[in-house]
Amino acid sequence: MVYLDNAASTLPAPEVREALARALLELPANPASAHGAGAAAARALETARAEVAGLLRGGPAELVFTSGGTEADALGVLGAAGAARGRHLVVTAIEHPAVLRNAERLAARGFTLTVVPPSGSGCVSAERVLAAVGPETAVVAVMLVNNELGTVQPVAEIARGLRAAGRKAHLHVDAVQAAGVLPIDARALGADSIAISAHKLHGPKGAGALWVRPGARLDPLWDGGRQERGHRSGTENVPAFVAFGRAAVLCRAGQAGEAIAARRDELEARVWEAVPQARPTVAGSPRAPHIASVLLPDLPAEPILHALEARGVFASAGSACASRTRGPSHVLAALGIDDRAAVLRFSLSRLTTSDEVAAAATALREAVEEIRPMARQARGRR
Amino acid sequence: MAAILCRFGEIFLKGGNRGRFERALADNVRTAVGGLPDARVSTPHGRVLVTLRDADLEEGCDRVGRVFGLVSYSPTITVPTEMAAITAAALAGARAALARDPACARSFRIEARRSDKRFPLSSPEIGREVGGRIAQATGVPVDLENPALTIGVEIGLEAAYVYSETRPGPGGLPVGISGRGLLLLSGGIDSPVAGWLAAKRGLALDALYFHSPPFVGEKSRDKVVALARELARWQAVRSLHVAPFTDCQKRVREAGPAELAVVLYRRMMMRVADLVAERVGASSLVTGENLGQVASQTVPNMTVIEQAARRLVLRPLVTYDKMETTALARRIGTFDTSALPYDDCCSLFVPAHPATAARLVDAERAEQRLDVAAEAAAVAGAAEEIRL
Repeated sequence: MVYLDNAASTLPAPEVREALARALLELPANPASAHGAGAAAARALETARAEVAGLLRGGPAELVFTSGGTEADALGVLGAAGAARGRHLVVTAIEHPAVLRNAERLAARGFTLTVVPPSGSGCVSAERVLAAVGPETAVVAVMLVNNELGTVQPVAEIARGLRAAGRKAHLHVDAVQAAGVLPIDARALGADSIAISAHKLHGPKGAGALWVRPGARLDPLWDGGRQERGHRSGTENVPAFVAFGRAAVLCRAGQAGEAIAARRDELEARVWEAVPQARPTVAGSPRAPHIASVLLPDLPAEPILHALEARGVFASAGSACASRTRGPSHVLAALGIDDRAAVLRFSLSRLTTSDEVAAAATALREAVEEIRPMARQARGRR
Repeated sequence: MAAILCRFGEIFLKGGNRGRFERALADNVRTAVGGLPDARVSTPHGRVLVTLRDADLEEGCDRVGRVFGLVSYSPTITVPTEMAAITAAALAGARAALARDPACARSFRIEARRSDKRFPLSSPEIGREVGGRIAQATGVPVDLENPALTIGVEIGLEAAYVYSETRPGPGGLPVGISGRGLLLLSGGIDSPVAGWLAAKRGLALDALYFHSPPFVGEKSRDKVVALARELARWQAVRSLHVAPFTDCQKRVREAGPAELAVVLYRRMMMRVADLVAERVGASSLVTGENLGQVASQTVPNMTVIEQAARRLVLRPLVTYDKMETTALARRIGTFDTSALPYDDCCSLFVPAHPATAARLVDAERAEQRLDVAAEAAAVAGAAEEIRL
């Protein structure tokens, strides 16, 4: 199996699997319990918190564990909006649904929502975002790395601009696709909250975190036992967070970004060679190391994916019209990508090998050759 | 013990088919409640009666509510055929109904039915006596014309049955009474509904799905299996046959012009369906086709497609609006699965301008480049059967 769908989910590292299994076995107590078993669970949880915070060069007191990236985004956006006085939101058009749909929910409750479109290169401009922000703006949400294209958004520049203009808006950053492949320094980035997810960096599913700048105000999404310093009620998923901590330490030790980028460049070079009609979906923007977005004109994405799968290569589609029922990708639509083109996302990890990217390029050539005759003139589907 | 009193339409009680109808219905009810411990099905006095444990009453009702041929059914308390027990049960039923729906306090009546003519009171006398007690105890007035609540009392040979609630059944005819058909099932919204409607008219079904990897993925297949399972809950479908269609589809696509592709695919599907129907003993084919829903679903195209089939092609949805079909899909429980975003082989590779008035000569000319009988036999022969 050549697994090139790491932006969807990564393979849990062996150390992570081991840490998860061991914590399930050895840390059965509730970390809030007064007895020694509870204390052991609480200690493990705090160690994990420091480890995950370390991935963002933050302190443990700044980290709220969540059930995943979506909850972290929801807490960042809904929580900050709930705590703020202003009734205006600014988001980019290429945010993940975890941000976009929650912003739309706020809009349905009376917030004004400004959606900033990207340029054709798959990035929003800092000026356009800043121009949309006013004194009434409660939350600005900008992702660090776009999940479909891998493009890096100018978050630090936006943060500086907000400060320079004296804006009070909360800057929420969805860093789910960045953490583990790009170095992140939460303070230097200038964000008020940063969402990350464990299973995107070889950790388990069902675990995420929101880094919160000290002093930033967030309303909790719900109330209850007031764990996580009141930000997130509910008994902590200790085994998953312990495993998350393990995964974070491995990421830091790995410093894998450059190696992954080199592998991605190799994949792209081979794809352009093997499939002459293929081209990069976007060009000219800074990119995260692990995502290659490939555009194939006049082909349906989904059959190509399944043809790749038949050859042992697993990837994802990001086509504007991958299928009739799935509907267009809002990201590709925002970029004005031709909806008759297949847009494929190959996403790598530090485990991806040179042989694998070579095999993927060959499989893509064969897949295109298989599907093209069927797809001839099969266009403009409604 | 609790019981469910199931009713079937008066219309079927007449004529020579009554016995066959009753037996099929009782068999299907028996299948529906199969697996519930101690559940027993009998057919006393023109009813189908399910006796079962008290704790299984709601589950039993849910299952019985999916048996075609039933007009209505009532969850029922079983008591000895004595007036004291009957009156007490009726009063308890009235109080339960009032708690469930306070609007019942407007008025009520007793609907008594006496199958055991040895019972000392006549039906009107039972009604008067039980009704009088309930009116006295609850203060709810009697209204024989337009009651808000109807309490039923049926006196059988072995027991009396008292109920305060009548729920509508799905109607139709018992599955199997109209023979066996083969449903061409895709992952869309329409074909499961078409199958449900055919089963509602008494047709027992097997299903056939054309799977085209790699054009569609495993999830498309899983989705169709889930739809077939949903239909099986209505006893509509017995088995699903998954026919690998890819290679055949490629050759069919090569054989003719792009605008004719949909018609040629579907003609090939008809031939395969005939072969699978032969194997399962089905004498008709059922499709989700609809007049004008997509560009290729025209009368001329359907005519050309149908001529590839040897069996009668039934199209229960042919005149339905999409909204009507969708509403029915929601009601029968297939919509959420159908709405999953996984395509079937028909929805991919539809040409921009499909032929709307295909001609048989053109289809046959394209098919001369193929050995259609051998192609169909290969697809049908490779079909995998999934028992539901």
